[in-house]
Amino acid sequence: MGKRERLSGNEAVAIALRQINPDVFPAFPITPSTEIPQYFASFVANGQVDTEFITVESEHSSMSAAIGASAAGARALTATSSCGMAYMWEELYIAASNRLPLALALVNRALSGPININCDHSDSMGARDAGWIQIYAENNQEAYDNMVQAFRISEHRDVRLPIMICQDGFITSHAVENIELLEDADVKNFVGEYEPENYLLNPECPMAVGPYSITDYYMEAKRNQAEAMKHVEKVVLDVAKEFAALSGRSYGLFEAYRLEDAERAVVIIGSAAGTTKDAIDRLREKGEKVGLLKIRLFRPFPAEAIAEALKNVKAVAIMDRAEGYTNHGGPLGADVMAALFRARSSAYAVNYVYGLGGRDVRVEDMEGVFETLKQILESGDAGETYRYLGVRE
Amino acid sequence: MSNVTEIRWHGRGGQGAKTAALLLADVAFATGKYVQGFPEYGPERMGAPITAYNRISDTQIRVHSNIYDPEYVVVVDESLLETVDVTAGLKEDGAILVNTQKPKEEIIPQLKGYQGNVYTIDAKKVSMEALGKYFPNTPLLAAIVKVAKIMDEEVFLKEMRSSFQHKFASKPEVIDGNMKALEMALKEVR
Repeated sequence: MGKRERLSGNEAVAIALRQINPDVFPAFPITPSTEIPQYFASFVANGQVDTEFITVESEHSSMSAAIGASAAGARALTATSSCGMAYMWEELYIAASNRLPLALALVNRALSGPININCDHSDSMGARDAGWIQIYAENNQEAYDNMVQAFRISEHRDVRLPIMICQDGFITSHAVENIELLEDADVKNFVGEYEPENYLLNPECPMAVGPYSITDYYMEAKRNQAEAMKHVEKVVLDVAKEFAALSGRSYGLFEAYRLEDAERAVVIIGSAAGTTKDAIDRLREKGEKVGLLKIRLFRPFPAEAIAEALKNVKAVAIMDRAEGYTNHGGPLGADVMAALFRARSSAYAVNYVYGLGGRDVRVEDMEGVFETLKQILESGDAGETYRYLGVRE
Repeated sequence: MSNVTEIRWHGRGGQGAKTAALLLADVAFATGKYVQGFPEYGPERMGAPITAYNRISDTQIRVHSNIYDPEYVVVVDESLLETVDVTAGLKEDGAILVNTQKPKEEIIPQLKGYQGNVYTIDAKKVSMEALGKYFPNTPLLAAIVKVAKIMDEEVFLKEMRSSFQHKFASKPEVIDGNMKALEMALKEVR
């Protein structure tokens, strides 16, 4: 039923979008996400989709147009990276606070400066508190599969929040790799028709979207967003279950790789997880009990499930592909350490910043991280818990 | 992991090293392999040195780093021999393929003592004869398929014809020239 192909991550996401055939796609190009609207534009020109494709003059406008379309009752999305996302910052919050179930195909890239086109997670990590669901991918297959599942999660009546489907710029977006695609009809059936409950273009029920809210109501509005977020984990798992029945590929809130009996673990997001798996297999051959927890859902943060999965681990390294400038580490480190603290974990935990601006991460680098964890266990001292991997000092 | 063939391409922006790596991934995929083809971008401008990579394997490829210890290196532009350490990490039981009009004996001294196999091809001659224009990547693709024994030559040519028919659907007149370039290159590499 699936079709074996070889595609870049950008092409894979574009094909998922062709299969979804959204109502509205406003677009403005920026490296490395440009190919997504570029491929999609050819689908529009070829009549393979009937999407309203709007070429706007900036990312501020692409997200604004997606918001307008979504508020009107359409299934809408856009794509961007890095500074493009920074330029739609204001709109990110507006989309979330208006409870609009639109999607953003984000191809992660470093923020300037120094100006850099390569991968890190500083763009989406900066937006982690914007009220969007964030889902990350290790490779082109996961980017495709996550995109297919995106609207089912985002549009769910218990959720109705915007969703960001993230993949690593260049490392997966521009790498051609094997992939298995679903049949067009299967994706269409899986995603289904979008039937909004409340929308601007409904004459039966006139409504306002995004009105002024004084101190009387603002806080309740924010609390409502937070309540919606509480439903996301269950919906993500329910949708993943249905997706597994269709595709044979299983997804959860995160992936645990050889974690069951692991004494040392790495927690990581994105393409470097695959590299870490190779490091783990090498070390396992030597009898070392090492494992991986790869974050899929980062917002909301499944803290309890993550702490549960790490409960038998004695030392953990949390890998951040973004700086937090807290002097203590990055955003993933903060979230995982808080989760471990609440679960009364006694594991040693260190937080690495790595891979900024596309700095390459090798299997040997990740073996080195596990070796550091080994030394921590042997010495009984975590030492500096805020570290850098692969930086020239 | 031991059954992965790793190839590193050195070219200059605009010469098609990235395209060649992607085409190699395509054609290896067509024979049932797991593949990776990806570029490493430096400054995005014509003429700047660029690197592209291939991994070809019988099992799923999970690693997402660049390639530091390749089995094979392809040098698309011989002027890079002076400025880029093209044999860095290159395995001695592998090989390097250089696009040059010079005889192999003149290239070997420029390879910093590399002890493995050295192959050359005059991709300019092949390209000018077959296509009337200088596109080094098509002849180099055929040459590396032969050097690295990636697949049977007949299967390679058949897959490439079908790939060109897809890629050049709007300009079929260039298909025969590209096929001729591949066939010539398979004979010209030495």
